[in-house]
Amino acid sequence: MQFLSNLIGGVSLGSVYALIALGYTMVYGIARMLNFAHGDVIMVGAYVVFFAFCSGGMNPLLAILIAMAVCTLLGVTIERIAYRPLREAPSLAVLITAIGVSYLLQNGALLLWSANPRAFTSVVSIPPISLFGGRLTIPGNTLVNVVVCLVIMVGLWLFVNRTTPGHAMQAVSEDRGAAQLMGINVNATISLTFAIGSALAAVAGALLCSSYPMLQPTTGAMPGIKAFTAAVFGGIGSIPGALLGGILLGVIENLSKAYISTQISDAIVFLVLIVILLIKPTGLLGKKRVVKV
Amino acid sequence: MKKYLSLALAAAMAFSLAACGATGTSAPAGNAADSTPAASTPADAAPAEGGEAGAATGTLNVGGIGPLTGGVAVYGLATMQGAEIAVEEINALGGLQFELDFKDDTGVAETAVNAYNTLKDSADVIYGTTTTDPCINVAAETFNDRFFQLTPSASSTAVTEGRDNVFQMCFTDPNQGASAADYVKDNNLGESIGIIYNNADAYSTGLRDAFVARAAEIGLNVVEEQAFPDDNTPDFSAQLNALAAANVDLLFMPIYYTPAYNIVNQAQAQGFAPKYFGCDGMDGILDIEGMNPDLVEGLMLMTPFNASATDAATTSFVEKYQAAYDGLPNQFAADGYDAMWALYYAANAAGIDADNMSHEDICEALIATFTSGDFSVDGLTGSGMTWSAKGEISKDPVAVRIENGVYVTM
Repeated sequence: MQFLSNLIGGVSLGSVYALIALGYTMVYGIARMLNFAHGDVIMVGAYVVFFAFCSGGMNPLLAILIAMAVCTLLGVTIERIAYRPLREAPSLAVLITAIGVSYLLQNGALLLWSANPRAFTSVVSIPPISLFGGRLTIPGNTLVNVVVCLVIMVGLWLFVNRTTPGHAMQAVSEDRGAAQLMGINVNATISLTFAIGSALAAVAGALLCSSYPMLQPTTGAMPGIKAFTAAVFGGIGSIPGALLGGILLGVIENLSKAYISTQISDAIVFLVLIVILLIKPTGLLGKKRVVKV
Repeated sequence: MKKYLSLALAAAMAFSLAACGATGTSAPAGNAADSTPAASTPADAAPAEGGEAGAATGTLNVGGIGPLTGGVAVYGLATMQGAEIAVEEINALGGLQFELDFKDDTGVAETAVNAYNTLKDSADVIYGTTTTDPCINVAAETFNDRFFQLTPSASSTAVTEGRDNVFQMCFTDPNQGASAADYVKDNNLGESIGIIYNNADAYSTGLRDAFVARAAEIGLNVVEEQAFPDDNTPDFSAQLNALAAANVDLLFMPIYYTPAYNIVNQAQAQGFAPKYFGCDGMDGILDIEGMNPDLVEGLMLMTPFNASATDAATTSFVEKYQAAYDGLPNQFAADGYDAMWALYYAANAAGIDADNMSHEDICEALIATFTSGDFSVDGLTGSGMTWSAKGEISKDPVAVRIENGVYVTM
């Protein structure tokens, strides 16, 4: 029974990682860049929901919609100002810029909202499910996280594979130059990718803080890194891979905390990642692709 | 592709290291089991001990150091503001005047030492630093330069160890851990005790070690211990599962309030409801914006100061603090307030001539007074407080329970 509880805890944690990883993988898959600021956009989204819902008393869904709008605007602005001028620059320059943006957002939040933690009221009002006469409890948040994750994953997959803008995204991802020759607006397509990724970040922020209520300017940093790991684990660029990687990472982390050691659970997580990458360098569901230089 | 990934992973690791480095605070801690409260009566916010028109003269320049910005700014600001209230009262008395110059160290050791280097040209005594790591570094400097140093809240024994010039206003970590165990035992608070602590934090492990050692001595039944490595860890479900499986009925939490709030929230979601017992790092949990008071109803903690207490000294301090800074003072503010008064009494008892004595002479005179045995201070955080030659304070611990969103002294 304790094992099941730990498993559920792992799935709960993993579903949050997966939600964040979807945003990472989306941007990487299309724009071929690691948006390290993603975790901090999540933090901003969580703050917007906090002010609208927790202290503003707004309807939670409306609050999340507002946060999605704010994050979309933020994401597109970041892309326009920080990343677009570096479109032809080496990927290392873009990576460093992304880290810079991440610190900018964190410190901006520190200035704006101070370091004092805030307690987030859960946007989920589903009561926990009690099984086996109360010996096993599934928190309401866990259920919502998993369902939202699945819905977003399917939605993203359909969008990318079944719609015209989605096809444009795939084309840009395959070969930017050729896509441009075919009349695809590369900049607009990448902006759209960032818009979607950032809107997802707002949802992830709301659900992250609903499960773990302490909201601080650094809230997005650690989950962001873990989610990035999850995305690599599942195969970065692959949408189902992000979900699989996230859930697996959460479960491995929680089980190693429960049965091996709380101190080295992170080390175990990264060890598993290294082993997977040695065996399958593109991650669990990643596609092989030849990079032309 | 591989190269790109390894590069990104390296960046991720560097990133996570930076994230780890961001925490690292210290709260005051401890308590003393063997204190001997003096029979003096704290009449007002300005209790009389050294006498209003004391023997000391001149203007004492107090160089303060603590975090006014950054992640632990909340503690530094409190120690500064509490001290400012006391300085105002002291200066209103006439006689010895205080001039407080408080510098920001952002909670970082190097910055604190820089702040000290700026202050040492003008200061007579050093007040600070607020957090432990910077304090240890500054203490090494003040020891060499012979400045008297009084910290309101750096609670590790490493702060005072081997330095005769450094004194603490707060409990030491081992003291507090041991008396927490005594308190739980004496009041029969729990049959099966569980502990959850941050094993990467000196404050938390110090309290935990002292608690466990004392528990073994007095026959307290610790059934399960769980640790976590980082205050930014959001998820505690595995630890809580283990504690629940061990049928823990009282959970000792020698940790800060930020992880603690995550823990009580998650415990509730998992249907685990032990009694909670925290230390002074838990102080502040009621001040979290947007917090749900139901989650912490019944939570007990040890703190030297309760802002909702009704004695004259506390109410006067709270009123002045609220008027000046908006918001309730916490124990850091109270420690800062008491620190200034302790300095004032000691300066008077030693007959300090602040304008004409060198900081070395002031240091020796104050050390002699603080450790003289008949020197005791009544303040907000305790009455009859005395200091050992090691610089550690001796005062009674106070435990409070949260009822309907306020502290109630137990």
